[in-house]
Amino acid sequence: MLLQYIMLKQLKIDELHAITDSIVSNALLAICCFFISNNMKYYVPRREKYWYILVVSLTASFLWMLAQQGMMWMIFPESDNYSEVIHESWAIRFGAGYLLISSISMFSLLWYSQQEQKEMDTRKTESERLSKDAELFKLRQQLQPHFLFNSLNSISALTGSHPEKARHMIQQLSDFLRGTLRKDEQQWNSLEEELKYLELYLEIEKVRFGHRLQTEINYQEEILSMKLPALLLQPVVENAIKFGLYDTTGEILIKLDATNDGNNLKIIVQNPFDPETSQPLKGTGFGLSSIQRRLFLLYARHDLLTTRIDDEKFVTTILIPQMDEVKPKI
Amino acid sequence: MKVIIIDDEPLARGIVKEYLQSIPDAELVAECEDGFEGIKAIQQHRPDLIFLDIQMPKINGFEMLELLEGPPAVIFTTAFDEFAIKAFESNAVDYLLKPFSKERFEKAIQKYLQHQNSQQTQQLIDAAAQSPSQQNRVVVKDGSKIKIIPVTKIDYLEAADDYVKIVTVDGTFLKKRTMSFFEQSLSAYHFVRVHRSYIVNTQLITRIDPYEKENHLLLLTTGAKLPVSKTGYAKLKEVLGI
Repeated sequence: MLLQYIMLKQLKIDELHAITDSIVSNALLAICCFFISNNMKYYVPRREKYWYILVVSLTASFLWMLAQQGMMWMIFPESDNYSEVIHESWAIRFGAGYLLISSISMFSLLWYSQQEQKEMDTRKTESERLSKDAELFKLRQQLQPHFLFNSLNSISALTGSHPEKARHMIQQLSDFLRGTLRKDEQQWNSLEEELKYLELYLEIEKVRFGHRLQTEINYQEEILSMKLPALLLQPVVENAIKFGLYDTTGEILIKLDATNDGNNLKIIVQNPFDPETSQPLKGTGFGLSSIQRRLFLLYARHDLLTTRIDDEKFVTTILIPQMDEVKPKI
Repeated sequence: MKVIIIDDEPLARGIVKEYLQSIPDAELVAECEDGFEGIKAIQQHRPDLIFLDIQMPKINGFEMLELLEGPPAVIFTTAFDEFAIKAFESNAVDYLLKPFSKERFEKAIQKYLQHQNSQQTQQLIDAAAQSPSQQNRVVVKDGSKIKIIPVTKIDYLEAADDYVKIVTVDGTFLKKRTMSFFEQSLSAYHFVRVHRSYIVNTQLITRIDPYEKENHLLLLTTGAKLPVSKTGYAKLKEVLGI
């Protein structure tokens, strides 16, 4: 405004005219800019935004010129010297006004689209987190209906012949089911807790399959406090049992070894299978894909679950990295 | 009435046995814990009725039935198998969902006594053979032994009257099925029916030569030569993308 006043003074305009002119034109310009940037707050053009800015700025500058000239004419109806100067300076005024308006609108455009982008990013991260939580929860509590109904059938058979055993099995099945329904609490369990839970499951399966199912679990006392994601072990063993029991006849031995491997908890599960009739090496197959998915969601690593064939044994190896302080949220 | 129970879980056999005690003139002649024992017992005792579980070691209940000449009447017992249940319903065969009550068990026996359902059994076997768990293998009898052939080990199939000859690296086996059955079920595993009498594993093809007027001859990596008909050649071209 001061600049404009000085310039007008130099063009030999008297004090009063110069001051009024600068105040009026700059005030109008400010109103213009305010409207434009306010407009951008609610409407950010998406396509052809540069054309939009060009057109809006041109129109606004034009209106601004008209408004200020009109106002000045109303304030000073007769002032020949002044109107001549105005007449000569319109191009400069228009240029300056246009520059200012367009840079203001450009700036607000960038500002508001960035704000919008930020908001979208937050929403996206939030929804991704929610869907990851939901998927993990689902993966954790996948219950095999086959297992449930067959266990109930075994209980039904026991109620006639051995009511005490039936009651015991109902107890075990209830404890097992309660374990799968545990929601957010305890996302990480110690090996000790997980083995206890696994034991429940194995007891039930042994009632179902009788002498055919033998199990062997090996570990050392000092690794019992190592941590692993809740309900990870049981589906792996369930898979080994299903695979072992339905792929061979006769007795089967399911072996589980837990060791401390560097800073990882290493769990190896073995089950017999028939290499003649099975082709277990297609991917990891055999129901292990959900375990792999879970490990990936937790650690962003694909190499934690591996399988191999060792003679007539199918061997599944899982590595659980141990983190001292901060654990990823399940 | 001679009855056999075939189920891999001892307690599941136990409950059928218990319920059977109150059925007059039902005589339990054998209990089997897998399909192999089942076949032996059925051939030995010629039962009137069998109680058959579906998910069992090595071969499932349906595959066991496939291997029998003139299967007996069947009441299926299963815990949970969506595919099987659909197959039962579409073939009006009675089945018991575990755990089942004594009343429901007696109803199934009544139904069997009223109309014995052996011809429906064949339709059911055909329907069940399309299940995803059975599509990737074929169960055949090799003399007195039972062989499970993963479909990837099949070289080609040849029509042989009422049978289909299955040619593999380990030998040739016969199976009582139609060519169109295999044509359909094996289409997902790179098999093409190249001739009225031949279905071939396209992954083994090394060469296709013109032969006589409009026919072709194809050569497999195993050295076998198979005729290709005009329509067979069109199908083959489509599958191989040539």
